[in-house]
Amino acid sequence: MTDEPLLRVSALSKYYGARLGCEDVTFDLWPGEVLAVVGESGSGKTTLLNCLSTRLTPSSGGVSYRMRDGSWRDLYRMSEAERRFLMRTDWGFVHQNPADGLRMTVSAGANVGERLMAIGDRHYGNIRSTAVDWLSRVEIGKDRIDDEPRSFSGGMRQRLQIARNLVTGPRLVFMDEPTGGLDVSVQARLLDLLRGLVTDLGLAAIVVTHDLAVARLLSQRMMVMKDGYVVETGLTDRVLDDPRAPYTQLLVSSILQV
Amino acid sequence: MNIADYNFAYLDEQTKRMIRRAILKGIAIPGYQVPFASREMPMPYGWGTGGVQITASIIGPDDVLKVIDQGADDTTNAVSIRAFFKKVADVAVTTETAKATIIQTRHRIPEYPLRAGQTLVYQVPIPEPLRFLEPRETETRKMHALEEYGLMHVKLYEDIAKHGRIATTYAYPVKVEGRYVMDPSPTPKFDNPKMHMSPALQLFGAGREKRIYAVPPFTEVVSLDFEDHPFEIQTFDQPCALCGAENVYLDEVILDDKGGHMFVCSDTDHCEKRQAEGHRGHLAPEAMEPAE
Repeated sequence: MTDEPLLRVSALSKYYGARLGCEDVTFDLWPGEVLAVVGESGSGKTTLLNCLSTRLTPSSGGVSYRMRDGSWRDLYRMSEAERRFLMRTDWGFVHQNPADGLRMTVSAGANVGERLMAIGDRHYGNIRSTAVDWLSRVEIGKDRIDDEPRSFSGGMRQRLQIARNLVTGPRLVFMDEPTGGLDVSVQARLLDLLRGLVTDLGLAAIVVTHDLAVARLLSQRMMVMKDGYVVETGLTDRVLDDPRAPYTQLLVSSILQV
Repeated sequence: MNIADYNFAYLDEQTKRMIRRAILKGIAIPGYQVPFASREMPMPYGWGTGGVQITASIIGPDDVLKVIDQGADDTTNAVSIRAFFKKVADVAVTTETAKATIIQTRHRIPEYPLRAGQTLVYQVPIPEPLRFLEPRETETRKMHALEEYGLMHVKLYEDIAKHGRIATTYAYPVKVEGRYVMDPSPTPKFDNPKMHMSPALQLFGAGREKRIYAVPPFTEVVSLDFEDHPFEIQTFDQPCALCGAENVYLDEVILDDKGGHMFVCSDTDHCEKRQAEGHRGHLAPEAMEPAE
């Protein structure tokens, strides 16, 4: 690990007109660290994620990112071309609904290969072998490479979306409810896979979820949000085992025990 | 109605100026799609209203016009547009590629090499090469602006994955002067190499989509491909059945309901020229009938 963070967020706020999205969020994200953002619906988690990934412009505050060459760049001062390049090379974004992150009308192989072609790879054979390799890493059979994601199950689509994002070797991945909409056994497999990939590749990730189990499994650090404010942050195990804020205590005690 | 009521070449002068400005901008930025205020023309969309508006804006009384439709001078679309300009601009018309100064085309580039001073006007149905992959116009414009053309290769990748080769045979995407990716209108990819470094000016008009773009003379036009699947044009394993020409683009013509067919030149002018010179294919009639 280096002695500098990867992402610095300072006093980030987002208002939708007069309505609050999220207010005064400050944190650093370190390379290889997985941060979970939890909270109920409407607590500002997704707004925060969209602001961080430059899909939304915040009302105030700043986000800076340490580029591969070590220089710090303010995300909102970058040109659109640079930002889009960053998003498709050094970053990944895993949507809750795989249809939002995939091209549903082109084959799985092309979905994985798109980022490679976007950064100038022009050798069909190489693109295809990379695609095969990545599909196997997310446990999708080689024989499905020419099938469209429309013919895939929900879990497969989600795994394909992950492969598509990771193919350029990003350093930071944003995930918005990556396991939402999947049944429990598929969720477990996906989490297993994600945890393996994140550890193997040393990815930093920001995972938005309302599922505390997902946070427990994937993340080292956790941020609890309520009504647009961060009410508690800390190591995941500490927050879950010894919640301090009243809201976190409520959240933790609301987990159904089977 | 008296034909004298029309302005020269049908369009009014202000409209022509507007279209000429779009053409000049298109020429200045090769391959860039310039929006323009497309007018209603006395023919339906899909009949070449974009091409007709360009031709109407650049034609002068001394021009000689040729109109082809799939290479042929004698099909409905070609005959009507030729008749239209004969009527509203009173210009000379021809079917001979070499004699024409303006050639309006739907989907072919003539076999006879074009020369400097000639203008080729294409009728374009869908100017946006990225359209079927990215339906949002705001997004495709951004992609052109930022030169994000990876998606174009996704289409070619899909072709190879599905068919084992690049199966796109027409509207084959090209990169113009190393910058803009352009749809060369639905010309067969056979004609793509003719666009490269052509001495003639090439103008593209899409009436319904309201876009004009251009390839100035002697401009680099490169067909997109993969290193291990290079661009190649169609080849035919037999010569034209009427004139015996090889290395030209052929159309299949069905002769009867028993599976009989022949391949003939798609460029009728080229085919007739060769037959007049005495070239004969294996199905050529002994005596030539006049074409028009």
